[in-house]
Amino acid sequence: MIPAGFDYHRPADLASALSILQTHGDEARVIAGGHSLIPMMKLRMAEIAHLVDLQDITDLKGITVGDAEVVIGAMTTQAELIGHDGLAARLPLLREAALQIADPQVRNMGTVGGNVANGDPGNDMPGLMQCLDASYEVVGPDGARMIPAREFYEAAYFTARGDDEILTRIVIPVPAAGTGYAYVKQKRKIGDYATAAAAVLVGKGGASVAMTNLADTPVWSEEASAALAAGDIEGAVAAMLDAIDPQEDMKGPVAFKKHVAAVILRRAIAQAQARAA
Amino acid sequence: MANKMHVKLTLNGQQVEGLAEPRTLLIHFLRENLNVTGPHIGCETSHCGACTVDMNGKSVKSCTVFVAQANGAEVTTVEGLVNPDGSLGVIQEMFREHHGLQCGFCTPGMITRAHRLLQENPRPTEEEVRFGMAGNLCRCTGYQNIVKAILASADMLNAQKEAAE
Ligand SMILES: Cc1cc2nc3c(=O)[nH]c(=O)nc-3n(C[C@H](O)[C@H](O)[C@H](O)COP(=O)(O)OP(=O)(O)OC[C@H]3O[C@@H](n4cnc5c(N)ncnc54)[C@H](O)[C@@H]3O)c2cc1C
Ligand code: FES
Ligand code: FES
Repeated sequence: MIPAGFDYHRPADLASALSILQTHGDEARVIAGGHSLIPMMKLRMAEIAHLVDLQDITDLKGITVGDAEVVIGAMTTQAELIGHDGLAARLPLLREAALQIADPQVRNMGTVGGNVANGDPGNDMPGLMQCLDASYEVVGPDGARMIPAREFYEAAYFTARGDDEILTRIVIPVPAAGTGYAYVKQKRKIGDYATAAAAVLVGKGGASVAMTNLADTPVWSEEASAALAAGDIEGAVAAMLDAIDPQEDMKGPVAFKKHVAAVILRRAIAQAQARAA
Repeated sequence: MANKMHVKLTLNGQQVEGLAEPRTLLIHFLRENLNVTGPHIGCETSHCGACTVDMNGKSVKSCTVFVAQANGAEVTTVEGLVNPDGSLGVIQEMFREHHGLQCGFCTPGMITRAHRLLQENPRPTEEEVRFGMAGNLCRCTGYQNIVKAILASADMLNAQKEAAE
């Protein structure tokens, strides 16, 4: 389990990190917490000549909780997100979901930015961010641009971020007061990726529904969201089952995954509705 | 490419250094370069927690950290949790007393993780102990006595703190 060799860079600021990426093109890759990348490198599924460690770039850290929006720096760890009481008060869905990711040691290293940038359909935060209608700021040689989470994921490990861009922060609009929320995840054991997970927001006249690990990207469904907003739970479940495209793997066959998806989504909807004011 | 780098750590309170390729995993650097063999390698795939060390005040799995990332860090291993006179520290003693181990393979990771858990949450409930220890697997004990040992450690450490105040 030894990865191939690489040159290691630890730039002190974003500009230096971007210039290393520019110099080395697709031979270079950033490393955040490393808890998706290092396992891939050990399996030699990722070979990288230049590894650019973002840990010293303090601009990428931190959480700002505003009335209208919340901003999370890409290098904020999952543990830091869970530990932030102001954030949990304003947007409790984030803590609820993050507590269901991996285990304490992994959450101490794994970052929010790495989780959303990675592009692995098993990651929990992409679906969560689509449910919340978050946007990602990416910065490249041509400056900064915002990409909505709902437009970011193209296929497994393919995203709208360019190779020479770094994801810097995540901007999340705060849902209206009284919005009910839930993140429900079915996994075989602690530290496992979801067999199915659902993120749900439901409030006065509005709803948003996304699911994780049931296609090669996270699935936010406009139809399911609209049905739930109209109070039609079965319509929402049917629309979501139509939108997902699970594949058979060691977690089970397709029919089983669809069954679990429906069960988990119904549970998440019930919990979100019970919490709505 | 793959040139060795100069790595410095504060390990169990001592300055240490060595030469290693950046791709070296922290666990291999500790065990092979520094001969610190407390932290174990169980799975090498970030699942079992036997390699858990404390890095800059946080529990991490040292099989999933490149030594380059750890350069400059403060690292504590199970060796660093003994009393100054070399006798067993409180958590180590409680694991012994409550039979929190059988083969002992998972124990260094368990104790190092439990140490940090009790810093973060000095009065955990049983459920909080189980949740906080979820990244550490044991194939022998069934966990019951590990949980008991950690709850007993919490009581003992709190009593010591109160006595000192
Ligand atoms: C045992 C185990 C269990 C896990 N279980 C779960 C789980 O249940 N749910 C879950 O969601 N995740 C899980 N994970 C993954 C974990 O949450 C990762 O930490 C996370 O997916 C990636 O974050 P990272 O900071 O470690 O990123 P890294 O591994 O450092 O990077 C991942 C990828 O994103 C890129 N990247 C990282 N940051 C940026 C940035 N700022 N800009 C551009 N690109 C960037 C990297 O180049 C790399 O390609 C698990 C991991 C392990 C080891
Ligand atoms: S050896 Fe590191 S988690 Fe198992
Ligand atoms: S005591 Fe044997 S693995 Fe835990």
